[in-house]
Order: sequence, then C-alpha cells, then structure tokens
Amino acid sequence: MCTVCGCAEGETQIEHHHSHAHDGHHHDHEHSDDHIHVEGEHTHDYGQGAAHAHVAGLSQTRMVQIEQDILGKNNQYAVVNRDYFSQHGILALNLVSSPGSGKTTLLTKTIELLKDELELSVIEGDQQTTHDAERIRATGVKALQINTGKGCHLDAHMVGHAVENLKPAEQSLLMIENVGNLVCPAAFDLGEAHKVAVLSVTEGEDKPLKYPDMFHAADLMILNKVDLLPHLDFDVEQCIQYAKQVNPRIKILQLSAKTGEGMESWGQWLKASRALHLINYKTGGS
Amino acid sequence: MHEISLCESVLQVLEQQAITQHFKKVKIVWLEIGALSSVEPEAMRFCFDAVMENSLADNAKLEIIYIAGQAWCVSCNKNVVIEQRYDECPDCGGLQLQINNGEQMRIKELEVE
Repeated sequence: MCTVCGCAEGETQIEHHHSHAHDGHHHDHEHSDDHIHVEGEHTHDYGQGAAHAHVAGLSQTRMVQIEQDILGKNNQYAVVNRDYFSQHGILALNLVSSPGSGKTTLLTKTIELLKDELELSVIEGDQQTTHDAERIRATGVKALQINTGKGCHLDAHMVGHAVENLKPAEQSLLMIENVGNLVCPAAFDLGEAHKVAVLSVTEGEDKPLKYPDMFHAADLMILNKVDLLPHLDFDVEQCIQYAKQVNPRIKILQLSAKTGEGMESWGQWLKASRALHLINYKTGGS
Repeated sequence: MHEISLCESVLQVLEQQAITQHFKKVKIVWLEIGALSSVEPEAMRFCFDAVMENSLADNAKLEIIYIAGQAWCVSCNKNVVIEQRYDECPDCGGLQLQINNGEQMRIKELEVE
C-alpha cells in the first residue's frame, strides 16, 4: 500500500472496482501517477553522511524555517480531488457522524428516492468489513469500500484512489460515508463540496457542543430517527440552538430515513446543491 | 484525536525538507498548535517519540508553541480571547464572534544538522 497517506500506512485497503461497465475504455480520468506521487519520493538514507562530514568540535546545527501546515499534504490531495469533481460536474458530499447514527440506511433510502432522477455512487469508509458497500450495492448503485485499518478517518489521498477505481459518472452525486467518528474527520478535507453531519435523536442533544469541530465544519446537519422522538427525552430545539451556537451558518433538516418523514426535503436539498454545483460545470467557471 | 496521523504527516514534511534543505538529522521540532485546532498537545507529545523512532528525527525534541484562540467580537468591535469554538464573548456575552487566530497546526521551524 502507498506510504504517502498519513493515517494508516500499510493498513488501508481499497476494494477493487466493482463496476463492470468499464472494461478497457479509460477516458480522461485522473492520472494516478500525478496523484499518488505529489511529493512522495521518500529516501531513507539520511543516517549515512553525517559521520563523514562531521568535524569534531564544530557543530553543524542550524535552524530551518518551515512554516508548513501539518495537514498541508492532505490539503494538496483535497485540491486535486476538488478539481476533478469540478471538472466532471460531480457533487461530492462527505457524510460524517458517530457510529450508529443511521448513515448507511439514510444512504440506501436516498438512493431509492433519487436513483431514477440522477446517477449516484458511494464511497464507504470503515475500519473493517465491506458490509456497508455491500448494502449500497444491493440497491444497484456503484459503491466502493475503503477499510482504514487502524485509521479513524478517511483522508483525501484514500478518496483520490477510491475515485480512480469507482469512476463516478459525469454530473453524478458522490456520497462519501466517512468512518463513524465525530472527531478526526472534521480536520480532513476530502475535496467534498459539503460536509453533512448526521446526528440521530438517540444521541444526546448536546453533541454539537461536545464535538464542536465537526459541527463547525459541516454545512448541513441532519437530525435522523425523528420517528423515535415520542419515546425519548431529546430536546430538538435545544439541539438546534447548540448547533447554531457552534456554527451560525449551519442548515438543519429533521428526518427519519426509516419512515421516510422529511426525506423529501433532503432530496430537494441534494438536487438544489447539485444544480448550484453544475452552474460552474456548464459555464466552464470554477 | 488523530495525533498519530498528524505526527506521521510531520515526519513526511521533515523527510521532504531534509532533501530540499539538505540536512540529515532533526534535533528539535517547533510546532504551533492553536487552542481551536482540535489537537491535544499532550497526545501529540505522546505520539511524537514513537512515530519519530528510527527516522531522521529519532530522539528529536518536540517544542509546542501554544497559540490562544482569538475572535473578533462584532458587538464589541475588538478582538477577544476565547478558549473554545462556541464560547461567548468574555466581555459582552455575545455569540457574534469571528475566529481569527488559534486554528493553526503548523510546523514552524526545526533545529537540524
């Protein structure tokens, strides 16, 4: 496995592509060489020169100014991904949440809702297993699983590779289901148009305050499983207030992927976001 | 949070810089970590030694420069210090704050040989 991705060297596994429609015709997709080896030439022989060059009593110590963002490399890959999505009119969304908030069910229901109107594909991130990608593929939509191994989040480099394999269609909707984790994925830009935070009402209403980075980074918060509200003490208004406190710009949708309540609004949000995204694609702007 | 991955990213930057800036060993690494950056300095220290082991920064010292969170308060018309993203303005209690410092996690400089 490639060693340039920071989080889980040798642990990350990306499924081989499951699309059967692409035998042989490679069009102008990302060139993997450019992508993988942005600055990836590592050499590991630093230990050898010093002894020869070193003069006893003469220190070679010096200061080097770097001023470089620690996540700079991830951000470079994210820029490459974002350019690719933009060139191909692909609306990419990064779905983030705690484990068990219902992201995969939300996705399968979203696919049912929209698959006659637009093309969708899904990248699934989990530490292990391909269960989620299999659930998505059962709906007839292309899906690819990334197993992060020890890693707790997807990064832009893994997503770049997944996109090469998955080959989302022009002008399609690409849903990236991040590893269930409200902490780390906040910091890793994948090149998506929007982060969508999914919070289920079986969790505490103070999650936005407990994990402010994530709710700050998200453009939309989906309050899922609202069909369970009659059985719970979850305070919806308080939750919304907390989310707005952390991120005054955040939009909020309440829905139940299970009963279908509120799914219509989510579908409209997706179609509207896609329409906005396609303006640049069609006019050649950026 | 993901301090191990961050330390690995730091190591990658060091390896690249070793080539472009011609050094062979890193002795001290200065990181600027903002209060709002979602990096836990203690966790960073904990991971740093393990990740740097057997690299060009084996046994390097980690110096963390802590940057306080700062935001512009629209009501008070001035910068105020905040500790968390959702803090109220310490002076007026308002929530109209625009964060303008303390989000960084940067490698500032190195002592190398």
